[in-house]
Amino acid sequence: MKICQFSLTAEPLNTAALSGPLSNDAAGAFVSFEGWVRNHNAGKPVIALEYDVYPSLALKEGERIVATAIEQFDLIGAIACHRYGRLQLGDITVWVAATATHRRQAFAGAAYIIDEIKHRLPIWKKEYYATAPAAWVFCREHHH
Amino acid sequence: MSVPNVPSTKIIRLRYFALLREQAGTAAEQRPTTARTYAELYGELQACYGFSLPVGQMKVAVNDTFVELSAPVQEGDDVVFIPPVAGG
Repeated sequence: MKICQFSLTAEPLNTAALSGPLSNDAAGAFVSFEGWVRNHNAGKPVIALEYDVYPSLALKEGERIVATAIEQFDLIGAIACHRYGRLQLGDITVWVAATATHRRQAFAGAAYIIDEIKHRLPIWKKEYYATAPAAWVFCREHHH
Repeated sequence: MSVPNVPSTKIIRLRYFALLREQAGTAAEQRPTTARTYAELYGELQACYGFSLPVGQMKVAVNDTFVELSAPVQEGDDVVFIPPVAGG
């Protein structure tokens, strides 16, 4: 049974707990990715972020993304979790991990998942700036 | 499905997220509409709330499933317009 999980949380991400179910003696590679809240964007100093999510559709889309990655890249397992609510600098916004027999599949699978999350997941980011009013920002390569 | 020629009034439920929630000033509402398609419905909401994003930047989900903006509005729909996303 392959591990295929997607979740949303308002709490800080516990990556050790998240990766636990991926332990598997058949896996030769584990690749994980963390998105972090950084202190600047497009030349403006950022002091905090807020994510708003459409939960039922985000869970459906997220599970579909992870399942597709497992299928396409022959992964042994994959898990992703996206945070929502108000986040501070340095917080983890999203966590993705993939296991596979060899590293190439694991790297490709993890990259696919984070790319699709950015393009397709119904979740929106508001940036709070030190010197300007807060604004909802769009992914440069958004869904059109 | 074909779009009916004579507009009839349907009661639908709308939920708003992110920028649309702020511009509508509400997270959800029930609303009567004569819009035949979701694109028309968005036009109606734009006129009402002054949504700044053009319909060309929207996607729409009905009952938690993506559908075409040209699809016909149905009585009892749970409609969410989806502005450009920004996960990660």
